Amino acid sequence: MRERLQPGAVIDGFRVGECLHKGGTGYIYRVTAPPEKEPGFPLVMKAPALGPGEPTIGIDSFEIEQMILPTLTGASVPRFVAAGDLTATPYIVMERIDGQGFEQIIALAPLPAEEVARIGSALADAVHSVHTQQVIHLDLKPENVMLRPTGQAVLLDFGFARHAHYPDLLAESKDFAAGSAAYVSPEQLQHDRSDARSDLFALGVLLYELATGRQPFGEPQTYAGMRDRLWREPIPPRALNERVPPWLQEIILRCLEHTAAARYQSAAHISFDLRHPEQVVLTARADRTEGASFFPQFGRWWRSRRDQHVLGGRQRIAAARAPVIMVAVDTEHLDDERHPSLQLATRQLVAINPEFRLMCVSVVRAAPLGEGPADIDTASGKHLEHKTRLRHWVEPLKLPSSRVSLHVVAAANATGTLLDLARANHVDLIVLGAPGPAQRALGWWRSVASSVTASAPCSVYVVRVPERASEPSPD
Amino acid sequence: MHYTPAGARALRIALLSDIHANTQALTACLRHADERGAQQFAFLGDFVGYGADPSGVVDIVIRYAAKGAVALKGNHDQAVEKSAGYFNETAMAAIEWARKTLSDEQKRFLASLPLVARDGTVCFVHASAASPERWDYIDSPSAAKRCADAANAFYTFCGHVHDQLLYFENASGGMSEFRPVPGAAIPVRSQRRWVAIVGSVGQPRDRNPAAAYTLFDRTREQITFYRVPYDAMAAADRIRKCGLPESLACRVELGI
Repeated sequence: MRERLQPGAVIDGFRVGECLHKGGTGYIYRVTAPPEKEPGFPLVMKAPALGPGEPTIGIDSFEIEQMILPTLTGASVPRFVAAGDLTATPYIVMERIDGQGFEQIIALAPLPAEEVARIGSALADAVHSVHTQQVIHLDLKPENVMLRPTGQAVLLDFGFARHAHYPDLLAESKDFAAGSAAYVSPEQLQHDRSDARSDLFALGVLLYELATGRQPFGEPQTYAGMRDRLWREPIPPRALNERVPPWLQEIILRCLEHTAAARYQSAAHISFDLRHPEQVVLTARADRTEGASFFPQFGRWWRSRRDQHVLGGRQRIAAARAPVIMVAVDTEHLDDERHPSLQLATRQLVAINPEFRLMCVSVVRAAPLGEGPADIDTASGKHLEHKTRLRHWVEPLKLPSSRVSLHVVAAANATGTLLDLARANHVDLIVLGAPGPAQRALGWWRSVASSVTASAPCSVYVVRVPERASEPSPD
Repeated sequence: MHYTPAGARALRIALLSDIHANTQALTACLRHADERGAQQFAFLGDFVGYGADPSGVVDIVIRYAAKGAVALKGNHDQAVEKSAGYFNETAMAAIEWARKTLSDEQKRFLASLPLVARDGTVCFVHASAASPERWDYIDSPSAAKRCADAANAFYTFCGHVHDQLLYFENASGGMSEFRPVPGAAIPVRSQRRWVAIVGSVGQPRDRNPAAAYTLFDRTREQITFYRVPYDAMAAADRIRKCGLPESLACRVELGI
């Protein structure tokens, strides 16, 4: 029906250059914009593969990408520039990403754990960014991921994606609309395209590949082969590469859990764990050294058959309901009258968010240059002391340790430190104390609470000790 | 207000259905649509029944229709002139109220309304384009498919069912349903068929009393379903004051 575009052709002002790539659902060409549309960054044009012998899913996928890509912002996606009429000349013009393809990186696997964590957390950041914009990618695989020179990951090809506010054009598709065999989640195999945690499963497959150089479920050619992942345990990464540390295996296998409820509930939590390996709470997953034996596998296989028809009632968990909450605790003054109020506020906030992660942060003054003889005066001694105080502070809340992390940071500027931590860890809510009576004389605008509130990338909960009714003066 | 004469291609069309004699709700929706640049209006029927002010609503519709708005007949409008399908006791009480309060001229207007209207690739109907006179509910993807087949249009807008819903042609040629998020513009490209249930202005039934209507932007090919808060307490009070059954007042107050 439609010839592929010829170099030199001009479409709606865009001059077509060389064909850079032919993928499953379309062609990618280098293009240049007319002067009046020049966006100031390099461009590509994506055109669908149409015509005899091409899958009909191509045009539906293309329509989906035209619906979803323009709604997405941020460095995690190529910037959208223009789209052509689907009935006349379907195309999408978008930013050309100059960076490293994920396929090139995977080719170097197995990678050291620190590299897996660095690349994996960038990827988790990108997935989280898209999830917070109401979109599930549903086709994460090496071909659809690139790394910018800055190290940020970019997700490509939203042709199988799902936007929570738009109808799913691939609903009830007879064609296989679930994504790619090696990466597809158990839910997708059961025709459920509405669970953001499917992307976290695919992310787990990518992490597994980076850490071991192998795919956890291979690349099955048949539907029956793909369905194995509904019950089969992958070989633990440490059995394939003994240099994989327990914390990394814990993260990877948690992403690859069969039931979405047993996985991480937010990409932000995965990113957090990859950035703070020392805070990962290890479970039996971390110790596994061989695949499960016959009987447990058989039990899961049986349950997976039984559970097929009850999937519809499963609860979806949006990233918004799995928040990262950061509470700033002044461990220099543990007897401050504001602590009980701050603890109460934190207790209430985590109670209404069952899937929370709580970061307890103490910013302490940097250690003096001349260290004294006592342990508390050395940098490491001071760090340990404040970490102990932080643990003591959060202990009365009786929270599971897997949901809590403790951070002691030595820095002169508390505001900047808190804001940097909030940005780096996708914090959804910062909880901190209002200035106490002693500081109130300084003026609100000079307080940490006011400057954090002014510049925070998220909501801020400023906790104040309720004013007591003024007591009658003695005279 | 700006109107585009009938026949000219309106860019942004407000779709209002199942107003049910609720002037407060209708006025709120019309103001809301006006603020969002609606250039044409389509009233998809059921202007009377259930509510206190049939005459007020019909007057507004007559005024808009005179300036080119689409106005269609619903089963409650038809019941004013003759029995139209099954009505329970409370619904019948409201029809009696409409018969009593509408002028002859207003009754003639209702009787003169068509069941279906078309404008190029768009079809408007109160119930289903497949035998509109049977007042069948579009309550399943297969009912939506029958409607789309009969409408022979890319876009079909219906009322009758009070909950907002968007049916769309899926990859296997059948129809699927999508529950819209109020206020979110949905891209609706014209190479597939869409059946939108626009919601009820005057008697929503999803436990949210806010009035419901829909805007269709023809140029951008976007449909936005809206919920508009209005003084439902006042509308319920009017129902009580004119002696209609208490259950009708409760429905409006609670959106049930």
